[in-house]
Amino acid sequence: MADLAARGEQPEVLFWVGCAGAFDDRYKRVTRAFVRILEHVGVKYAVLGMEESCTGDPAKRAGNEFLFQMQAMQNITTLDGYAIKTIVTACPHCFNTIKNEYPALGGNYEVIHHSTFLQQLINEGRVKVQGGESYKGRRITFHDSCYLGRANDIYEAPRDVLAALDADLVEMKRSKANGLCCGAGGAQMWKEPEPGKKDINIERTEEALATLDGNAAALENLYGVESGNAGATPAKGNGNGIIAVSCPFCMTMMSDGVKNKERESSVQVFDLAELVASAEGLNA
Amino acid sequence: MIQQILFLLVAALGIGLFVWQVRKIRANILKGKDRVMGGSVSERINKTLLVAFGQQKMFKRITPALLHLVVYVGFLVINVEVIEIMIDGIFGTHRALSFMGPVYDVLMATNEILGALVIVAVVALWWRRNVQKVHRLSAGVEMRAWPRLDGNIILYVEIVLMTALFTMNTADLKLHQLEGVDLPGSFPISSLLVGLFPENVTALHALERVGWWLHILGILAFLNYLPSSKHFHIIMAFPNVYYTRLVPQGQFSNVDSITHEVKAMMDPSYQVPAGPVDADGNPVVQRFGAKDADDLSWLNLLNAYSCTECGRCTSVCPANITGKLLSPRKIIMDTRDRIEEKYESPLIFRPNQYNGEIGAESEDGSLVRGKVTPEELWACTTCNACVEACPVNINPLDSIVEMRRYLVLEESAAPHSLNVMFSNIENNGAPWAFSPSDRFNWAEELYVAEK
Repeated sequence: MADLAARGEQPEVLFWVGCAGAFDDRYKRVTRAFVRILEHVGVKYAVLGMEESCTGDPAKRAGNEFLFQMQAMQNITTLDGYAIKTIVTACPHCFNTIKNEYPALGGNYEVIHHSTFLQQLINEGRVKVQGGESYKGRRITFHDSCYLGRANDIYEAPRDVLAALDADLVEMKRSKANGLCCGAGGAQMWKEPEPGKKDINIERTEEALATLDGNAAALENLYGVESGNAGATPAKGNGNGIIAVSCPFCMTMMSDGVKNKERESSVQVFDLAELVASAEGLNA
Repeated sequence: MIQQILFLLVAALGIGLFVWQVRKIRANILKGKDRVMGGSVSERINKTLLVAFGQQKMFKRITPALLHLVVYVGFLVINVEVIEIMIDGIFGTHRALSFMGPVYDVLMATNEILGALVIVAVVALWWRRNVQKVHRLSAGVEMRAWPRLDGNIILYVEIVLMTALFTMNTADLKLHQLEGVDLPGSFPISSLLVGLFPENVTALHALERVGWWLHILGILAFLNYLPSSKHFHIIMAFPNVYYTRLVPQGQFSNVDSITHEVKAMMDPSYQVPAGPVDADGNPVVQRFGAKDADDLSWLNLLNAYSCTECGRCTSVCPANITGKLLSPRKIIMDTRDRIEEKYESPLIFRPNQYNGEIGAESEDGSLVRGKVTPEELWACTTCNACVEACPVNINPLDSIVEMRRYLVLEESAAPHSLNVMFSNIENNGAPWAFSPSDRFNWAEELYVAEK
């Protein structure tokens, strides 16, 4: 961004990479996939690079309002310094914080989550999701991120993106507004869970796997899944499938869950951006 | 005439006592901190119509929603007959509304059918609580003896009230039949019951009076039972839904006092506005977050008095589902118990407290540590499932975050690993211990790197 500003240019969008997108090895791949899509469609974008700092989301959820506001003010100063208007991010936590909580501190931007952004690119025909890997007939289940779904009412954009892949989209019983958390929100990402029967990501992974497998009996045994909720019992699957996510925390939690269940050879966890990039033939 | 005087006395006593209780509850709610509301009135009215009157969120679960709808509609419609009972009671009339003719026929018939449906629904609801033992209605430390009994008492009262209504109608109907006079109104259920009633005019007359008095006394007694009961939601649900936060669920409240401090730190010329002062003009020391119930906002306290203890929040809570201590319902019930414990109880009787079962952790019995343990608070993933699930738009998450703020900002009592995360953000601008200079490393293998 600093280079762009030095040349006196203004980007169409600022891609807010986020800490996970910048540092988490797994999510760095998502960052790169999304950048390839941006390059491919020719959107004029910029990143803040080293000038970006944590939005303060984990501090705020954990109750450290002081630290949150310090971070927010610092970021707002940076963003306003470059006269940024539009921000796109692959992290629902950054998305929620900048979109909803920065305005009270004087930071007003149009903030778009990458699922909405990708949906728009597909609708406009700028991304055709053909020419690369085909997902035709593969079973995909989408795990709703709390900070995208319940927190901001974005349920359809990621599903529209997946629908464009021509895959066999199956819904978990707990989906959309009833979706079950991956277990990492509210700063849980950085601490051990409190004692309990099992970890939240295991419960959620079991549900995702049972949905992909079409294992009705396993679904019934999950506590809190009530019959009669949205989503019919899926038909028998072949044991292979994809858990689609749209959040770095969900990515970590679901990947750990799949490893814990020793299913990583048959079930993969991908972010929407990765699926679109590879369907578009943009794999590096 | 004696009946009229007696009725007026009883009604005035019952209603007066109820108003007295409500005023105390109102005072309790107003012990909470002020909260800027925002949002438009039309949007609020719209929400109230949909969620409170329209029962929109009940229908996330179809069986209880239908059973509840029957009881709710029954309550609303049968109230018209209660108005008639009041009029009759005051003026000594008999079936004062019967002048409405065919409309009265329809009204009475609807009442009777709804009355019968209410009995069926109430039996089904009792079955769910006591035989089927629906998990969320019975499980959890907060569902102690009293909340469970309370749930059943309400159902028993409904049965008594409906029985009284049918006794009154059937006796009246038979009385008129014996006397060969037409009773105004149409009574599809009572006409089936006349065979069960005695042929004796005096007995019938007595039965009609017993039914009438039982119904009205029952209602007045129930009215005064409400403030001690979860059934208070039949009143509180409406203001509670009206005052729903109208911002996205992900938007957590901003702490203005901290905003001023941070601004003053970044810009020394920033003028911090004067904070609240006490009666002597000395600044009031404000607490960050909520240690006790009265540190919460009045909206959180209004929430507490609207809780129906249905446990839908807890049953969708990921922490609770996986066996952790957190139960959003308990947080809400604790808040109500605490505010009544700290200030004078508005109730005629005070059955809700834990009575020391939990909460030896704090000396002053405050909400945090006195009732709600830090372990519960730290188990929350802030996923908003509880907020989404509540049929009357209670927001347990808001209270949880306020209590976390107290633990972190006043006690510095966050779990160690969270303190590590905080210092990482402070020092590195990221919650992980990575150097900010590595922030662009992801681009190394990408052609954008040279840009």
